[in-house]
Amino acid sequence: MKRFKEQAARIAFALAACISIIAVALICVFLFANGIPGMLKIGVWDFLSGTTWKPGNNIYGILPMILGSVYVTAGALLVGVPAGLMTAIFLSRFASARAKRFMQPAVSLLAGIPSVVYGFFGLVVIVPMVRTFFGGTGSSLLSAVLLLGVMILPTIVTVSESALNAVPQSYYEGALALGATHEHAVFKTVLPAAKSGVLAAVVLGVGRAIGEAMAVMMVAGNWAVMPKSLIKGVRTLTSNIVMEMGYAADLHREALISTAVVLFVFVLIINLAFSAIKRKAKL
Amino acid sequence: MKNAKLQARLLRFFVYTGALFTLTVLCVIVGYILINGVPHITPSLFAWVYTSDNVSLTPAFINTLLMTALSLLIAIPLGVCAAIYLGEYARRGSKLVKLVRLTAETLSGIPSIIYGLFGALFFVVALKMGLSLLSGALTLSIMILPLIMRTTEEALLAVPDMYREGSFGLGAGRLRTTFQIVLPAAMPGILAGVILGIGRIVGETAALIYTAGTVAEIPASILDSTRTLSVHMYTLASEGLHIDQTYATAVILLLLVAGINALSSFTAKRITRRKHGEI
Repeated sequence: MKRFKEQAARIAFALAACISIIAVALICVFLFANGIPGMLKIGVWDFLSGTTWKPGNNIYGILPMILGSVYVTAGALLVGVPAGLMTAIFLSRFASARAKRFMQPAVSLLAGIPSVVYGFFGLVVIVPMVRTFFGGTGSSLLSAVLLLGVMILPTIVTVSESALNAVPQSYYEGALALGATHEHAVFKTVLPAAKSGVLAAVVLGVGRAIGEAMAVMMVAGNWAVMPKSLIKGVRTLTSNIVMEMGYAADLHREALISTAVVLFVFVLIINLAFSAIKRKAKL
Repeated sequence: MKNAKLQARLLRFFVYTGALFTLTVLCVIVGYILINGVPHITPSLFAWVYTSDNVSLTPAFINTLLMTALSLLIAIPLGVCAAIYLGEYARRGSKLVKLVRLTAETLSGIPSIIYGLFGALFFVVALKMGLSLLSGALTLSIMILPLIMRTTEEALLAVPDMYREGSFGLGAGRLRTTFQIVLPAAMPGILAGVILGIGRIVGETAALIYTAGTVAEIPASILDSTRTLSVHMYTLASEGLHIDQTYATAVILLLLVAGINALSSFTAKRITRRKHGEI
């Protein structure tokens, strides 16, 4: 009886563990089964490299959205990575215990703020600010970049901080013993040793930035045209889906699901890169 | 020599500026929302029934509680059992374990809009659940599953092997050891993970718009459409008609998230204290 119970429990636990495998399989099957036919109807190359998105005329090219996502993500990294890395270095090697007690909850609150709240803040503060200083409507690539840069900050900070903390203290002490200042020891020995962990943080930040939908949609202007300047509107892959999924039908709907397939493939590549780096960094 | 000193100063300047930037950004966001929102928290915002005049957040708030409860009801048993398998039962490095870890990692990297679209295709259309509380909760439970799995597994790992050996020594089986010895010891860690999961559910919008819909009423059954507080705030912000109330709703959301955060770090702190021998 006891043996039977043990065996049944083992099987039940194993089945629960398989849920994540089933979930990934289902997500793949449903996205690809609903997205690939549409892509084939439009023509894979026309779909990916087409520069015009006019659902009304049955023209579906998502290159503007792909570029939109890439630009927004790259810009967000330019804002978020330096600030995030410096904050991580501060937390790991500069902060006093008191400053730490203050900063750590601040970073986790920053991570916890819902994306609609970020989006709303962007809408009422960043967009008017960009409009005043740079002209245009304000809903623009620049606004999205600034907002997303802030949104990926906590990701960059927490992952880089744990990478920096994982560097053995002897590296730092060795550098000091050779006459380096505290700053030089941190930047020239500790930081290089944490290199792959920092890289993992950046890749995770890329994943967050490229996948963010609501906040970007609220500030980016969402023009489905090739991005031309920092102060013009852009549309990302994510916002393309959110904006039009509500009323799309037939081929238009399929094109939106195909958009999600493209995004999904991007995300899978980023994920694989992240786990490869993480394994190397032993985080 | 002088050069090196200058360089050191410059580096220190960068570090402090970066940290200051992060802190300032948080203060500006929170401060701005509080200053503009708090004066507009009025009793009509908490009216029992939502109308387009009072844009009450009470139904959305109750929906958030329902959505959270239902998602946790699905995700906790699955996540905890999966973690028990990985931590207590499976042989380390077996093929199944590797596959489970890989897929869990994949799940945790998938953006919420893709979860939303999948939920819309699978739960709403293929399983014919419609735009409903249930579709939304199922979608969210898949989304927070990897989080619960990871935190539970870490909590199980932190339980000293002594506990297990003691229990085996007294003749208990693996099942009994797991449920009566290991799980209670790992409880604070599991709880901290669950609270983080609650935070994600409360803040989620993109995964819910096309799975749970945007009806601003308390649902009569789990097959009715609902809007959670975040979705409520999103609709208010995109309609743009009730800016003051949107600020006020943002304040409530912020307070909720800050409370959840504080609770999570409080539980997490209790584990570290216990590790050091004080209870």
